[in-house]
Amino acid sequence: MKLAWTIMAFALLVALLAAGLGLDPREVPSPLIGKPAPHFELPLLAAPDKTFSQKDLLGKVWILNVWASWCPPCLVEHPVVTALAKSRIAPVIGLNYKDAREDALPWLQRNGDPFQFSVFDAAGRIGIDYGVYGVPETYVIDRKGVIRYKHIGPLTPEIAQKKITLLVKELNAGS
Amino acid sequence: MRAASLILLCIFSSPVFSQDLEKRTAALAQELRCLVCQNQTLADSNAPLAVDLRNQIREQLAAGKSEGDVKDYMVARYGDFVLYRPPFNAATALLWVGPFLLLLGGFFLLLRRLGRKPEAVPEISEADRERAAKLLQ
Repeated sequence: MKLAWTIMAFALLVALLAAGLGLDPREVPSPLIGKPAPHFELPLLAAPDKTFSQKDLLGKVWILNVWASWCPPCLVEHPVVTALAKSRIAPVIGLNYKDAREDALPWLQRNGDPFQFSVFDAAGRIGIDYGVYGVPETYVIDRKGVIRYKHIGPLTPEIAQKKITLLVKELNAGS
Repeated sequence: MRAASLILLCIFSSPVFSQDLEKRTAALAQELRCLVCQNQTLADSNAPLAVDLRNQIREQLAAGKSEGDVKDYMVARYGDFVLYRPPFNAATALLWVGPFLLLLGGFFLLLRRLGRKPEAVPEISEADRERAAKLLQ
C-alpha cells in the first residue's frame, strides 16, 4: 500500500517534469495576440520619402514579417516567405529591423524581394512595440487591425501552410 | 517661463539627478528578463535588444514615469515572462502556492506519524535476557 503511494507520487513527479521538459522556453506567449497592432508610421526601405502605417491596411488581412540582413535565420526562412507571398493569399509587408539600407537593399537584390514593400525601422523602436526579440518574426493582422497570430523564429513550410494560410483564409472568409 | 525651464534644465542635468536616474534604471533592469538570453537580467545582458530596452527604461524614467509604468510597458509587449518576480494569477498560482501546499502536506504526514501510538515493544523472555547478559559480559 505504502509502496503504491510512493510509486504514484514518483510517477506524478516524473510526469510533471516530463511535461516541463517538453515546453520550449523560447516560446514566450505574446500578450499582443488579440490586441490592436501597435501604431507606427515608418519610411519605406526602398523609398525613404514615402511612409507606411499599419492603418493603411485596415480592412485587409495582411502579414507582417520582421527581417534583417544581419539575421541568418531570415535567410533560412526566405524561401518560405517567398512562397507565402507568391500564393497571394495576403499582402506580405516586411519590417526591416535594426538594419542599414546599404546592407538591406543588396540583401533583397541577392535573395529576391518577396515583400510588397518593406518599412525601415533602423532604431528598432517599432520592433520593441511589437515585442520583437528574436528576428525573424511573423504576424498575421486581421481586417480590424488586430494581431491574430505571431510566430517567433524562422517560418517552416508547415507553419506557413497549416497555421498562417489557414488562418488567413479563415479571416478572409469571415465577415 | 524661460526662468522655469532654465531651473528645470539645471535640475535634470545635475549630476545628482542623473546618478539617481542611473540607479533607478539599474535597479529596474535587475528585475526584468532579457528575452534574447533568457537567464540574464536586462542589467546583465549585452544583447543589442537589452541595450535598447535599458535605454527605454532610462528614457521613460527620465520622462517622469514610475517604475510600475515601465514594468507595465514591458509586460504589454513581452508578457509576464519579462518579470523576474512573476505576478500571482491563474497561470502562476501553482508556482506561488505549490511550495506551501507541499509544506502543509509534510506537516500533515508528520502529525499523522506523531499521533500514531507507539508500537508495543515485544516482551523479552527471561531466557533471552540471560542470554543477552551473557553475550554482553
